[in-house]
Amino acid sequence: MRRGGRAAAAALALLGALAACVAGSAPASHTANGADTRRSGFEDMSRALQALQRDETQNPGMLWVQEGEALWARRAGDGRSCAGCHGAEAARVANASARYPVFDVETRRPLTLAGRIDRCRQRHLGLPGQGPDGDEVLALSAWLAQRARGLPIEAADDARLEPWRARGESLWRRRMGQLDLACGLCHDERAGEKLGGAVIPQGHPAGYPTYRLEWQTLGSLQRRIRGCIVGVRAEPFAPDADESLALEVWLQRRAAGMRIEGVAVRP
Amino acid sequence: MATAVRTLIHVPRPVRQGDIVEIRATIAHVMETGHRPDAEGRRVPRDIVTRFECQLDGTLVFAADVYPAVAANPYFAFDLRAERSGTLVFTWEGDRGFQHRETAAFAVT
Repeated sequence: MRRGGRAAAAALALLGALAACVAGSAPASHTANGADTRRSGFEDMSRALQALQRDETQNPGMLWVQEGEALWARRAGDGRSCAGCHGAEAARVANASARYPVFDVETRRPLTLAGRIDRCRQRHLGLPGQGPDGDEVLALSAWLAQRARGLPIEAADDARLEPWRARGESLWRRRMGQLDLACGLCHDERAGEKLGGAVIPQGHPAGYPTYRLEWQTLGSLQRRIRGCIVGVRAEPFAPDADESLALEVWLQRRAAGMRIEGVAVRP
Repeated sequence: MATAVRTLIHVPRPVRQGDIVEIRATIAHVMETGHRPDAEGRRVPRDIVTRFECQLDGTLVFAADVYPAVAANPYFAFDLRAERSGTLVFTWEGDRGFQHRETAAFAVT
C-alpha cells in the first residue's frame, strides 16, 4: 500500500513537472490537462477597482458609452445616422465587439471594429477619419463593447485570416526593442508575476476600449499595445500597419471563448 | 470628449426617511493641470473644475473646492441623510467660464 502510494506520488510529481514544461512553452491559455487557465486582468485588480468597473454609475468609461449612444442616433449632414442603417437598438451589430477583427474582402486585410466604425463614418456619414483613438470612434466602440458584454469572443473560422493569425503569433514571440523582449515572455511565461509593483496580465483584449486610470481616459487596444512596445523601447507600429492588424487577429484567437467585459477599468 | 458635457449621477431609490444614502456624481472633464507641455513644448493652459456643489431644494448639502491635482473626470460621492423629498441640483464650475448643471429627483418615502 505504502509503496504503491509513493509510486503514485512520484508519478504525479513527474506529471506535474511535465505539465510545467508544457505550460512553459505553450501560451498562457493552455495547460497539459486541457484546463483553461486564461484569466482576465480584471481578476488581478483590487476589489475597489473591480467594483468601479462593475458599477455602471461609477465606471468612468460609461461617460463614453453615453456619448456613443448619442452618436449612434446623431444625424450627419445628409440626414443619415448609424441608427438609420443598423437600427436604433443595433440588434444586428450587438455582438460586433466579440466578432471583430474580421477579414475585409475589399482591402484583402483584417478589419478591426474601430477601423470598421471609422470607415462607415467616412463613407456613409461624410465625416473625417479619426483612427482608433479618435473621440467619436472611441465612444462608439465603447457603446458597442458595452452592448456585447458577456458574449464569448468569437474566432471566425476564416482561412483568409489564418496567415494573419500566424504572423501575429510570430510577432508575439519575436524579441524586439532595446530591452530585447517578446510579448510572450511577459504575458505568457510570467503572467501573474510582478513587473515593478504591478501584476503582469495575460494580455487578453476582452475589455476594450478600456478606461485606464494611468491614462485618465478611455483608450483603444492599439494604444495599449503601443504602450507595451514603447515600454520595451521598440518603435511602435502604426495603427493601420499590417503588424498591428496581425497582432489584433492573434490576440482575438488567443482569447476566443473568453467573455467580453464591456468597457473595462484598469489601473 | 468632443460633444456636450456628460455626467454620471447616481441617486439611490427607494429611500426611506432617516436612511443615510450615498449620492455619486462623475463629470467628463480633462482637468488639464496647467503644468504640462504640449507636443511643441508650449505650456498647456490650465483647464480644471474648481468647484462642485450639490443642493437639495436650495439647501447646500455638499460642496468641494477642486484643485489641479485631481484626476480627469472627477468623481464625487457623499452621504446624505434622507429627511425630505426634493430635487437635487448638481453644479460644476471651472476655468474658462465652465459651468454645468444637472438635476435629479430625490424621493423619500
